[in-house]
Amino acid sequence: MTSLTLVRRIKARQQVVFDAVTTAEGIAQWWGPDAGPVLLAEADPRVGGLYRLRFRTLRGTEHESSGEFLEIDAPRRVVLSWRWKGGLEDPGESRIEITLRATPDGTDLSFTQSQLHDEASSRSHEQGWAGSLRKLEAYLAKGEALQS
Amino acid sequence: MLSDMVNYAMRLDRTFTALVDPTRRAILARLERRDGASISELAKPFAIRLPAVMKHLDVLADAGLVTRSKSGRTVTVRLRPQPMREAIEWLRRYERFWSSSLDRLTAYAERKETEARTKGR
Repeated sequence: MTSLTLVRRIKARQQVVFDAVTTAEGIAQWWGPDAGPVLLAEADPRVGGLYRLRFRTLRGTEHESSGEFLEIDAPRRVVLSWRWKGGLEDPGESRIEITLRATPDGTDLSFTQSQLHDEASSRSHEQGWAGSLRKLEAYLAKGEALQS
Repeated sequence: MLSDMVNYAMRLDRTFTALVDPTRRAILARLERRDGASISELAKPFAIRLPAVMKHLDVLADAGLVTRSKSGRTVTVRLRPQPMREAIEWLRRYERFWSSSLDRLTAYAERKETEARTKGR
């Protein structure tokens, strides 16, 4: 059980955001840790379709990640599997879920990365995990303060 | 190096699995307030039997989150923060990665929206 959720409020229509999230042209514009170039972007946005992405970071290292479109409900929701090539950065396989909600001003986007094999537990325990993480961070901060 | 990464992933899995359970999180929270508690002290606030608490401690010890030491008839349980540091570091790393990506996604989608509206006029 590992999950991370991030949200963004975007001033663009749901369909515009959905295309940015699911097409190769769109993905090439934003996926990666920094503004370094995307060297290759392929996507076949239908259930069972694959995507692949290779980028170079501003530090000059190259990384490739790929996965499968597991669920698509245009223009509201997409679920992807995701892994690094060769598994060097992180050998686990993740599940990425992006949901889009139309608002009067545009679109609210919610992004969740969890471990693929226990999606159910990550859903039911998201609250508990977030709470315990805050506590653990407080604990570690205290521990570090004591040591220094 | 690959085996280091696989070990790292397995350790993370164990840490997160250990942290899923609310009783185990409560045990850690108790140790956070009072490190070096005995098993019976730890079991006191929970409506479960001692053997069930022992099982939870086994899971926490396997994940390296606690250590147990025996002195006479008393087992003392201590918190071990290193696996939590790794778990938090994992979350922070991905948070940075995706925060930066989603900021660029937001900027890109807003640019596309503006372009579409300009063309539409």
